[in-house]
Amino acid sequence: MTVLRDIIITGLLLGGIYALVSVGLSLQYGVARVLNISHGEFIMVGAFITYVLFTSSANIHPLISLVIAGLFTFIIGWALHSTLFRRLMDTSPSMEIFEGKSMLASFGLYYVVQNIARIIWGSENRGFVFLNRTVTGAQIPLNRLVALAVVIVIAVAFYLFLSRTRMGKAIRASTQDRTTAGLMGVNIHHVLAICFALGLGLAGIAGSLISTILAIQTSMGLSYVVIAMIVVVLGGLGSITGAMIGGLILGLVSALVTYFQPSMTMIAYYVIFIILLLVRPKGIMGR
Amino acid sequence: MKINNLSTTRWVGLGLLLVVLVVLVLLPTITEGYLPVLVTDILKFVILTVAWVLFAAPTGYMSLATGAFYGLGFYIAAVFNGPVPFPIVIIIAGIAGFVVALLVGALTLRLRAAYFCIFTFALVLLISNVVLEVERLVTQTRGRFVETETVEAAYYAMLIIAVLTLVVAWLIRRSRHGLALQSIGEHEEAAAHSGINVTRTKVLVFAVSSVFMGMAGAIIATRRAYIDPGIAFSMNNTFLPVLMAMFGGMGNLLGPVIGAAIFTYIGELLLTRFPDLYMLIFGVVLILAILFMPNGILGLGQQIWAKLRGGRRAPA
Repeated sequence: MTVLRDIIITGLLLGGIYALVSVGLSLQYGVARVLNISHGEFIMVGAFITYVLFTSSANIHPLISLVIAGLFTFIIGWALHSTLFRRLMDTSPSMEIFEGKSMLASFGLYYVVQNIARIIWGSENRGFVFLNRTVTGAQIPLNRLVALAVVIVIAVAFYLFLSRTRMGKAIRASTQDRTTAGLMGVNIHHVLAICFALGLGLAGIAGSLISTILAIQTSMGLSYVVIAMIVVVLGGLGSITGAMIGGLILGLVSALVTYFQPSMTMIAYYVIFIILLLVRPKGIMGR
Repeated sequence: MKINNLSTTRWVGLGLLLVVLVVLVLLPTITEGYLPVLVTDILKFVILTVAWVLFAAPTGYMSLATGAFYGLGFYIAAVFNGPVPFPIVIIIAGIAGFVVALLVGALTLRLRAAYFCIFTFALVLLISNVVLEVERLVTQTRGRFVETETVEAAYYAMLIIAVLTLVVAWLIRRSRHGLALQSIGEHEEAAAHSGINVTRTKVLVFAVSSVFMGMAGAIIATRRAYIDPGIAFSMNNTFLPVLMAMFGGMGNLLGPVIGAAIFTYIGELLLTRFPDLYMLIFGVVLILAILFMPNGILGLGQQIWAKLRGGRRAPA
C-alpha cells in the first residue's frame, strides 16, 4: 500500500507541475495562437533564478523567488508579445500564416534564451538542498510535499482568476471567438498579451518549483515542452481545464511507469498520444 | 512570377549551374583535406533543407521530424554498413525514412496542422528513446561502431543525393502533385472539393521528402566511428534546416540552397570556438528574418533589384 501511496503522491506532484506548464502553453496556443517551442526555456529561466537567489549571499527562500521568477517571466512574456508577436500578427494575412510564423519565431527565441543561459551558467547539472528530510511515515521528502501544496494553491487561484474576474471572462471569451470578443468591447491585443505573459509566468513558477526538487541544467527545457505539447493535445487544443486534467494524467502515468522502468516513460507518453490521435483526436475536453 | 521570362537569363543560369556542378565533381581531385569535408557538410544541410522545404513550403505544414529521419539513417548505417555495400545501405536508409514517414503521415496528416507539428516535434525524442531501450534490452550497450567510408566516398555519395534531392524537388514542384500541394496550402477544403485526394497527396510527398533525410544521415554516419542515440538524434538537425530555409527564402529552390550554404559556412567558422555564441546569433537572425525578410534573403535581393531597375516590375 505504501508503494501505491508514494506513486500517487509523486504522480500528483509531477502531474501538478506538468499541469502548470501545460496550462501556460494552452493559454499561449489556445488564445494567443503561438505554438511556443521556447516555453520550456522559461521554465529553465525560472529554475535558474531560484537557484541563483538561493545560493547567493542573499540566500532567498525558494518560495519567495517563486514569485520573483513568475513576475520576471511574466514581464518578458508581455514585452515579447507586445513587440514581436503583435507585429507578426499585424503583418500576417491570415491566422494560419500567423501560426506558422509565430512558431518559427519561437524557434528563434528558443535559441536566444537557451544560449544566453549557457553563456552565463554553462551546461553542467546544478542543484541545491532544500527541505530534504522525509516526513514521518512517508517516503516522500518534505520539499515534494511543499511543491505539491504550492501547485494546488496556484491551480485554485488560477481557476478562480479565470472564472470569477473580468479579465478571466475576457480571456475565456477570446478563447471561444476572438473577433466577437473584440466586438463586445474586449481589448483583444491586451488580452492576448496577458495570456502569453501568463503562460510564461506559469512556466517560470513551474521552473522555480522544479529547481527545489530536481537537479537543473540549461538544456532542461525541451523535454518539458514536449510533455506539455502532448498534454495540450490530450486535454484538447485550447482547453485550459483539459490541460490541467491531462497534466495530472500524464504525471500519474509517469510515476507509475517510472516505478517499474524509468527509461520507458517517454515511450509510454507516446503510446497514449498515438492511441489518442487514433481514437479521439480532439482530446478529453475538446469540442 | 516573372512575366518576361528571358531565355538568355535562363541559359546563363543553366550554364552557371553546370559550372558549379563540374567544380563540385572535380573538387576532391583538386584539393585534399578540409575542403571536401566542409562541402560534404554543406551538402548535407542542402539536402535536409531542400527536403524540408519540399513539403513545408507549398502546404504550410511544419514538420519538426527532420532530425528523426536523419538519425534513423545513422542507425541504418551502423547496422548494415560493412556486410552490405555502401550504396545499398544508403538506399535502405531512404526506404526506412519513407516507411516511418508514411506511418507518421497516415496517423497525423488527416488532422489539423497543429497535431502534425506537435507529433513530429516529439518524434525525435521518441525514436531516440526507443533505440536506447532496444539497445539496452538486446545488445546491452549504449552506442555502436560504424564501418567507416573514405572522405571521397562520403563526398560523392552526398553530392549524388543532393543533386537527386534537387531534381526530385524540382520535378515535384512542376508536376500535378506539386500543383495539388500548392492548392492544399492555399485552401485545403477547396482542394478536396476539386477532386484532390488531400491526405494521400500530403502523406506521399512527406514520405518522399523523408527519403533524402534518411539517406543524408546514413552517409554522415559513415564518417563517424561511433554513434549513440544522443549523437544521432539531435534537435539541431531539425531546427537548423528550418532556419536555413527561412533565411534563404522558400519561394524557390535556390533560396534553401543559399541559406544552407551560408549558415553551414558561418557555423564552421564559429562552432568550434564559440558554439553558444553561434547558436545565439542563429536565433537572433531567425527572428529578424521572420520579421523583416518574409521572403528570405533571396526575396530581399529580388526586391532591391526590382527597385534598382526602376520598380516597373512587381517583386516576385
